[in-house]
Parts: sequence; C-alpha cells; structure tokens
Amino acid sequence: MKDWRFTARQLAKNPLSLMGVVIIAFFVIIAISAPLIAPTPAGRLDPYMIPRDGYFATPEPPSEEHIFGTTEGQYDIFYGVIWGARSAFRVALIVMAITVVIGIVLGSLAGYFGGLLDEVIMRITDVFLAFPWLILAMALTAVLGQSLRSVMIALVIVWWPSYARLVRGDILQLREEDYIQASRGLGASSARIIIRHVLPNAIYPTLIMASLDIGAVVLSAAALSFLGLGAPEGYADWGQMTQFAHNWIVGPPSEPLKYWFAVFIPGAFILFFVLGWNLLGDAFRDVFDPRLARR
Amino acid sequence: MELRSYIIRRVLLLIPVLLGVTLFIFGITMLFTPLERATLYVTSIRQLNNLPAIIERYGLDKPFIVQYGTWLGQVLRGNLGWSQVGSMPVAQAIPHQLPATLEIAIFAVPVIVLVGIFFGTQSAAHKDKPLDHGTRIVAILGWSLPSFWLGLILLMVFYGLFRGLLPPGRLSIPMDILVDSAAFTRYTHMNTIDAILNLNGPVLLDALKHLILPVTTISVINMAFIMRLMRSSMLESLGKGYILTARAKGLDERVVVNKHARRNALIPVITVSGYVFAGLASGAVITETIFSFKGIGWWAWQAAFRLDIPSILGFALFSAILFVIINLIVDILYTRVDPRVRLGQGVQ
Repeated sequence: MKDWRFTARQLAKNPLSLMGVVIIAFFVIIAISAPLIAPTPAGRLDPYMIPRDGYFATPEPPSEEHIFGTTEGQYDIFYGVIWGARSAFRVALIVMAITVVIGIVLGSLAGYFGGLLDEVIMRITDVFLAFPWLILAMALTAVLGQSLRSVMIALVIVWWPSYARLVRGDILQLREEDYIQASRGLGASSARIIIRHVLPNAIYPTLIMASLDIGAVVLSAAALSFLGLGAPEGYADWGQMTQFAHNWIVGPPSEPLKYWFAVFIPGAFILFFVLGWNLLGDAFRDVFDPRLARR
Repeated sequence: MELRSYIIRRVLLLIPVLLGVTLFIFGITMLFTPLERATLYVTSIRQLNNLPAIIERYGLDKPFIVQYGTWLGQVLRGNLGWSQVGSMPVAQAIPHQLPATLEIAIFAVPVIVLVGIFFGTQSAAHKDKPLDHGTRIVAILGWSLPSFWLGLILLMVFYGLFRGLLPPGRLSIPMDILVDSAAFTRYTHMNTIDAILNLNGPVLLDALKHLILPVTTISVINMAFIMRLMRSSMLESLGKGYILTARAKGLDERVVVNKHARRNALIPVITVSGYVFAGLASGAVITETIFSFKGIGWWAWQAAFRLDIPSILGFALFSAILFVIINLIVDILYTRVDPRVRLGQGVQ
C-alpha cells in the first residue's frame, strides 16, 4: 500500500509522466466505452468490423453523419479509431504478457540450472535475434496467413529472446547471493528457490522493460497491418486505416490537402497511444529502478 | 586472451547460429503440405495435372532431415529458388535490389549518428536546461512516431502541398530513361554515386530530390534512439572523477565536455550505431514501400504481400547472415575502441 502511494507521488511529480498517465487513461476510457461512443449498427455480428457507407473509393470529408469523415471504401473513420483502441490494447497486452511469461520461464531455467540447458536456450535466442525483426515478422505473417492472430504470434516470436536473456542475466547474478545460498543450505527445492526467492527479485527489471516495450509492440503491429500483412480488410485497426489512406495523400490540384483527415487521424491515434506508453514506461523505470533513473 | 583467438572463437560460434537460422527457415517452409510446396515448381498448366510426379521427383514427402539436407546443399550452392516478384532467381534478385537500399543507408547512417551524437551531447551538457527539455521531448516524440505515418505526412506536404517538390520513386521518368541509355554508365547502380562518376549534374540533383524524404523518414526513429543513448552515456561520463579533476584544474567547459567526457561516452554509442546500420533493413521495408523506392525492402514487401515464399525466405536468410556478420564486425571493432573490454569474457 505504502509502495503504491510512493509510486503515485513519484508519477505526479514529473509532468511528462503525468501526461503519460492521462493519455493512457484517455485510451482506456475510449476502449471500455467504445459501444457507447460508437454504437455498432443493428444487424452487425462483429463489432470490430468497421461499418461502411457504400463502396465508393474516394474518401468523404467529415460531415454530420461521419464526424471524422470516411476513408477509402467508405469505412467510417470515427468508428474505426474508437474500436481501434480496443484492438491496440488487445494486441499490445496479449503479446507482452505471453512474451514476458515465455521470457521468465526459459530465462530462469537457463540461468538457474546453467550447463547444457542454458547453452541450448541461449543458442536458440541467438538464432531468433539474428533476424532483423520486421523481416522475421513479415516472413511469419506471410506463411501463417493474414490475421491479427498471425501478427501476435509473429511479434511474440520476435520479442521473447530479449526477455529470456534479460531474465537469465538477472538470475545468474541472484543465484550467487547469500540468501539464495542460505535457503539452498536449508534444503529448499529448486522450484521453491526459483519461485519464492529468485523470481520476485528478478521480475522488476523485466516489468520495467515490458512497460518500455509496449509502445514498440503497438508500433510493430501497426506497421505490419500497414504493410497489408495484419488485420483483415475492414477490421478496426489503426495501421490498416493508415494503409487505406496511402492512395489519397495528394488531393486534386486545386485542393492538394483535400484528404488530410483520412491520412492524419488514424496515424495521430497511433502516435498518441505509443507516446502515452513510452512516457509511462520512462516514469516506471525512474520510480522502480533508481539506478537507471539518470538515463 | 589474444585478439586473434577471440575472433576465431566468435567465428566458430557463428556456425551453430547460422545452422539454426537455416533450420528455422526451412522449418517454416515445411509448415506447407508437400502438395502446396510442389506448386512452387510448376511452370506450365500441363504440370498442374502432374503434381504427384513433382512430389516424387523432388522428394517432397521424404523425412524432414533428408529434405533439409537437400535444401541446404542447394542453398550452399547459391540456389535460393525462383522469385515470382522479381521474375528471376532469388539469388540474382537480391543483388539486383540491394543498391537502392544501400544508397538510402549511405545517406541515412551519417545523419543518424552525427545528429544523434550532437544533440545527445548538448542535452547532457545542459541537463535540465531548456535545450535538454527540448531534445528529450523531440526524442520521445521521434521514438513514438509511426514511421509509415510520418512518411505519408511528408509526402502530403512536400509532394502534394508544394506541387511535386519532393516526389516519390527513385528518379523522375526522363532521368530514369537517361540512366538506362548508352550515354550513362552504370557503375554501382546507386544513382547519386553513378551520377557523380558520370559527371552528370541533373541526374545527381534529381536523385537527391528523391532521396530526401526516404532518408528523413528512416532516420527519425533511429536518431531519437541514438540521442537518448548518447545523453545517458554522457551523463554517466560527466559524473566521473576525471571530469571533476579536469574542471578543478580550470579547463574550459567546452574542452571538458567535448574532449574528456565525450570520448568515453561515445563507446557504447559506436556499438549501437553498428546495430542501427544492420537494423536499417527493417526500416527500409516500410520506407521503400511508402515512397515506391524500389530497393530490397520494397521487393521483400511485394514478396510477402503476394505470398512469394521463396523470395521472402531467401531474403530473411540473406538479411540474417548479413546481420550476424555486421554484429561480429562491430564486436571486434569494439575491442579496439575500448581496451578495457575483457576478451576472455562470454560472448554476450
């Protein structure tokens, strides 16, 4: 309880961190109340599919009916960005949670037991870290087929090795601490030592790194959708909505910025969402890890 | 440990990694059924009726390890399969597409490193002053920007609003025809460098005009990254005892910052710059796709989009090998830059 109050006070002291909290809170509210802000039209089965007003290609400017206008194919931009907040949270949190769990399990096995197991796990991480991340993710989504699930699988495969390494490094250090030796001397089992003594101490750096990485996960997922390898067509996804605007960057000669709304709005949502996470991640790091605070 | 034995050890350690990389890539292709893989060999309608014969002929239903051996033998002989997107063998398509991407990298890397180091240093030297706050805000914004969106906005302004000032593509049409004509010799297939070698001003100008936006787009994120790293490294180095000594003996603050502190602060930044260069492959896919700048990133995107599996996996293999080699070179250079690095220690 005291910890929480301390954390909250630290966060409030720094205006940038406070901004991060406000931005993320804003998106949480949007995501939770999406059905109220942008109600799904009656008769639609999947609320994540953006309703469209006809099939005409040219984007329509903001109007009473479509307050942010429509993008290519008459998809409603307002509906898309509101429900897109849900997609963004879902992808970011699921990918990060699975990555952290895999990283902790494999990293602690490698670090605690060492030897052959360590060698094998570390060489496997080497293999995955040998690929530039986007190339690996592209190859995987191309093979797994275009869907948000493929994107999540690809991103977990890209990200887990860094976490396994981080956890392993921390555990190698902790393994030699006196209190670990003491509990080993008392006859505690390996599982008990890892779960009760090692992990609680190794978990903070991992969580800090996770909070710093969430923004990058969101950006990567959006990039894959932008490249046409992620969300299926018409899905409420900011990356894909930016892709819809790709053909409409330049308006007619008399009005070169005619379609600005189709380009600008979905990308601005990505920017603020990622910015919020990055500010929050920085703040967490400063609060939890005074050693890193100077960065 | 001797430097030479360190290098030998590192090169030997590459072997299991590269074997793992090939195993992984081959494993991905094995997710497809033999029938699906047989279609990759089809060149005419007649063969479509004869898929079982193709499976038989290329041994596509043999055990995993046998097929892996056959495939690895092909790869070692430089056969990566046929690229549908490039209408040529993958092993030819890669060098064919590479110069355009290399051209972006040649311009982007100095910009990223120099600007990043400069602002990182200044930010640390003026900690908690307006300059520092400004730099940090720019860095965190740059770090959060979706680069594909930045590219589109830049095009909207510089191509749309300013009437074609900085267009997409690699060259405008008349110049593109000119560089492929007999009047222009292709040395490197990098337009700017070839233009200089041909002493052709208009081509150089045109090529540069097409390069500004892609280079900017690919640089922003990486610049933000180097800036952050340089700032933290500088702050650490400014807190050291020898800085106090330098200040105590009355040295000019500029000398203290630029000579004493920056030299040491540069060490981690140099390592990371190598990784940034290697990592441009990822940025190139997004940047080249937005600007239709037809280099290897654009080609890889086309391949992934059109499910041209041999191309995308061939490129993944190529980029992994490149990535591993660049990292090795960086690590070896690192031991030269910083003699304190203990060669005997573990690799990571």
